[in-house]
Amino acid sequence: MINENTTYKNKKNPPKSDYTDARKTVICIRDVYKSFGDNHVLNGFDMKLHEGENLVVMGKSGSGKSVMIKCLVGLMSPDSGYIEVMGKEIATLDRQTLDELRSDIGFLFQGSALYDSMTVRENLEFPMRRHKEKLGVVQDTTPLVMEALENVGLAHTIDLMPAELSGGMKRRIALARTLILKPKIILYDEPTSGLDPITAKEIIELMRSIQKKYGTSSLIITHDVDCARVISERMILLVDGINYAEGSYAELSASTDPKVDAFFKK
Amino acid sequence: MVGRIKQFFIQIGELSYFAGRFFKEIFFPPFEFKELLRQCYQMGNRSLVLVGVTGFIIGLVMTLQSRPTLIQFGAVSWMPNMTGISIVREIGPVITALICAGRIASGIGAELGSMRVTEQIDAMEVSGTNPFKYLVVTRILATTLMLPLLVVFGDLVALYGSALVENLKGDVSFQLYFNTVFDALSFGDIVPATIKSFFFGFVIGLVGCYKGYYSKKGTAGVGVAANTAVVMASLLVFVVDFIAVFVSDIFYEL
Repeated sequence: MINENTTYKNKKNPPKSDYTDARKTVICIRDVYKSFGDNHVLNGFDMKLHEGENLVVMGKSGSGKSVMIKCLVGLMSPDSGYIEVMGKEIATLDRQTLDELRSDIGFLFQGSALYDSMTVRENLEFPMRRHKEKLGVVQDTTPLVMEALENVGLAHTIDLMPAELSGGMKRRIALARTLILKPKIILYDEPTSGLDPITAKEIIELMRSIQKKYGTSSLIITHDVDCARVISERMILLVDGINYAEGSYAELSASTDPKVDAFFKK
Repeated sequence: MVGRIKQFFIQIGELSYFAGRFFKEIFFPPFEFKELLRQCYQMGNRSLVLVGVTGFIIGLVMTLQSRPTLIQFGAVSWMPNMTGISIVREIGPVITALICAGRIASGIGAELGSMRVTEQIDAMEVSGTNPFKYLVVTRILATTLMLPLLVVFGDLVALYGSALVENLKGDVSFQLYFNTVFDALSFGDIVPATIKSFFFGFVIGLVGCYKGYYSKKGTAGVGVAANTAVVMASLLVFVVDFIAVFVSDIFYEL
């Protein structure tokens, strides 16, 4: 199960993903490096996410999971390496093309990242401002907002402020906000962190039902083994900045490699 | 010591780059008019009471303090001229700018700082909205446009405070007081003061946004951003004032 951790010597001609193939690769990361001063966070990380797949990336705190996911949407730039999302290389995109691509990517932030000064309705309407044509919305955005809120079971909170919501509710509203642009890929950054076990379970169920309903591809960054067990089709362990191990939950949890085993020890 | 000097110049460089980005973004669509109006309301309307009360007290105190000395020299009839010119030229703009540096720059620094550390700015970016345009351009424009209006309002209230003292203590009617004030004021007193108010507003918005937008180190960083925004904005108000007086000296005989 342990990967070869391939190092691509020829960085000028990075390998292209098989986006046009039958089993589409929607995200392709090759040989990505990222450092903050002397702290080398990503040391040649490789990864692929296929269409309709639930992929979990696990790693210790500070192992570079969030950095990797931010590089995917252009919030951070890698020092070197190749990142392709839906057939487009992120590093070569201009602002407008990147924004268009981002409308196909939902991002659930670790702390929900709801806009404090806006109501729930305004929070959900905000991403639609620049993408009304894509959604076919002319004036009234209420039906779309209601649909997204009903998906997460919180239609009654439409006029509340984020400060009036619990942690679990905020996470669900944030999920509704990521869904409003009908993304093809959803990136989850620690979706269950800071939540009690029951609420965490509700969020995981919600993520599964959304995946089933919309057929989205999901990349879930977590250190929660229970979350990974329930939701993952495939898992990647991010250790020392590389794709250390890859496989299903059952395969990885049965591994005798000490670094892999450390994740699954109770 | 060398490190601090280096850090100072790095900050100046970053602030200049930030200002450059503002001018680059301001002329290209999309324009966030709704957010601009909201910010104008937040910064203008919500600062009226504070500016009004401060201006009133400044006018009142200034007249009360200088009255005995002017009486001593038999120059009490010069009171409206003196207070009018000093308030319109210098005290009104600078005091109003300092109040706004305290209220607005710290508010912007804290708001944007908390948005940064809670990833709200990243969320905006990911949703396809340019956060610089939405958050920074609108706020800097709002402070630039609102500060001159607040200065005019503050000046008028300060003059009213001064007129009230003269009316109660010296039996000078309000009409006579204001007639004397406006007779004493010339074009060269009002125009430079108004122009420099725009620059005061610009630096207050710029520093507040810069400190908040690049806030780091979690919630502690939000406090630091708010605090340093006030300090830096206040300092820059005096620097801008010095430059403005120096420049206006070239065009108008002081």
